[in-house]
Amino acid sequence: MPNKFPPQLPSFGQNPHATRKLATIAVALGILYFFWTSFYTVPAESQGVVLRFGKLLKTVEPGLHFKIPLGVDEASIIPTRRQLKLEFGFGTSGSTNPDQADTSDFDEQKSMVTGDLNSALVEWVVQYRIADPTEFLFQVREPGQTLRDLSEACMREVIGDRTVDEVITVGRQDIEITALKRMQELVKLYNLGIRVDQVQLKNVNPPRQVESSFNEVNKAQQDRENMINIANGEYNKIIPKAKGEAEQTIQTAEGYRFKRVNEAEGDAAAFTSVLEQYVKAPEITRTRIYFETMAEAIPQMGPKIIVDESLRQFLPVLPLSQKPLEVTR
Amino acid sequence: MNRGWISGVALFAALVLLLVGSGAFYTVTPAEQIIVTQFGKPVGGPVTEPGLHFKLPFIQAVQRLDKRFLEWDGAPVGIPTKDKTYIHVNTFARWRIKDPLQFFLRLRDERSAQSRLEDILGSETRNSVAKHDLIEIVRTDKDREPLRDDTLKAGPTGTGSIGTMPPIKFGRVMIEREIQTAATGKLAEFGIELLDVRIKRVNYNPDVLSRIYQRMISERLQIAQRFRSEGEGEAASIAGKRERDLNEIQSAAYLKVQRIKGEADAKASEVYARAYSQSPKAAEFYSFLKTMETYRTILARDSTLVLSTDSDLFKLIKHIDAKPAPAAPVPPTPAQ
Repeated sequence: MPNKFPPQLPSFGQNPHATRKLATIAVALGILYFFWTSFYTVPAESQGVVLRFGKLLKTVEPGLHFKIPLGVDEASIIPTRRQLKLEFGFGTSGSTNPDQADTSDFDEQKSMVTGDLNSALVEWVVQYRIADPTEFLFQVREPGQTLRDLSEACMREVIGDRTVDEVITVGRQDIEITALKRMQELVKLYNLGIRVDQVQLKNVNPPRQVESSFNEVNKAQQDRENMINIANGEYNKIIPKAKGEAEQTIQTAEGYRFKRVNEAEGDAAAFTSVLEQYVKAPEITRTRIYFETMAEAIPQMGPKIIVDESLRQFLPVLPLSQKPLEVTR
Repeated sequence: MNRGWISGVALFAALVLLLVGSGAFYTVTPAEQIIVTQFGKPVGGPVTEPGLHFKLPFIQAVQRLDKRFLEWDGAPVGIPTKDKTYIHVNTFARWRIKDPLQFFLRLRDERSAQSRLEDILGSETRNSVAKHDLIEIVRTDKDREPLRDDTLKAGPTGTGSIGTMPPIKFGRVMIEREIQTAATGKLAEFGIELLDVRIKRVNYNPDVLSRIYQRMISERLQIAQRFRSEGEGEAASIAGKRERDLNEIQSAAYLKVQRIKGEADAKASEVYARAYSQSPKAAEFYSFLKTMETYRTILARDSTLVLSTDSDLFKLIKHIDAKPAPAAPVPPTPAQ
């Protein structure tokens, strides 16, 4: 069908009612779309910053809100009530914060030069909150990346004033406190709209290549303690026993003393009583004892030979037999 | 009536669309600053007030520049320090477009700005690093004394270089300011203001690293050596003490024991002597008794006894009325 001039709305067949219906549907859809884009939700942990024609209008709290659509009102959602974190030297997966970890160069993030010109590997976490959403949006472009750069510079500044031993062992808490303070200063200087809550050191190690020598120091320290303990153990095993044994010999000697002295006293007392009797009748006592002794001793002897007193001597014969002869005169 | 109303709305909407489409309106956010250009040349001053603005459609265009602090992140620069240590230095800076008109005229857009920043900041960084010793770039606080772990002494004279930090005169922050000051002047003509320049990373060149590791390893091994030898020394000393104490205890006990025994024997002797010599008769009687006792033991079995009739025992064999034993008998001597 040739088009008529002026151009008319396209028609389905020659049905003007259908055309009208289509237009109505289009307008209705348009109005629906209009209303659809004029509502927005601010989730629970966030706030919304609304610009009207580019000018800052207001900050809104969580909930359902209305805005003028079609590019007039622009609402940015900022998670101001959520604790956010940045990870350095490592990264946990599954976070919604795009700035949290930079997986491309963990090794470069953690490698640092210490104040005694040694090298260390430091992993750490920065916990922060977006305190002022308008500052966050309009003061610095890329505030998240800026915070990352600041963190790295800051941590290296602090580590650069410390020895490798301080970094790995005794100085950790001091480093965390100093780094936090410094970061808060810098964040204020930049007007980032961020509040840094905490800096936490995670794994801190000497470089892999020197790790075994650091471990060696610990091992050597333990070896030293061990050697000393063993030596002390030996001492404690031997000396108390020796003391006991010494005491024992002394006690034995004391016992010997008692025995000796008491026996002597006993013998002396016995002698003294017999003496008293002897003094009363010396010759009789002597004779008695003499004959008692002989009666006891002589029977157990061998051959007994009685010779006359006029016999002067015997012929000495030395029998070279096994049993020498005992001769008494 | 209905038709007229709808047409009115449609007409109004069309007019708005026309105006918007032709670019008579533009918005400025708080993050932006605008230069309006006419046929490529700027007209008027920079527009920094956020909100809705007008311009001539079709003829005039809008150049959007960022009002915020922008980032510049330098690539790692490999330079030797004044004391000939090769390091990689990674700097970053925050800058902003202070004079948008000047910026637009000289640089036009951010891409050329970044390359200009790279040139200027890169070269100033190189200059500064080459002018200073490594330690000046690493340390910041010249007054800081490190916490020392005294057990990590390296030798008899102290720690040597372990646990100490070489002193500095300037420090990192001063060097950063040095770079910033040097670059600021050169960047002013582009309408660029530098907020700061900071060193993000300092690392040893990989070739230097092995030397550093070697030093770290030998330092630690030295300490480990010392610990072990201390342990051995201490153990030997304790062993020596053990021997000494043992000897002391044993010899002291021996002394006491001998003394006690000696005293006991002396006392016993004293008691005996006193008893046996309490009178001349006592001594004599004791001698007699002892002899008798001795006979009992020495006159053993199977020994031959030869006695003469002269002896007291057999006197009566010859004569019935022989005299009894004399007053002091002489004990018979044993024949050889």
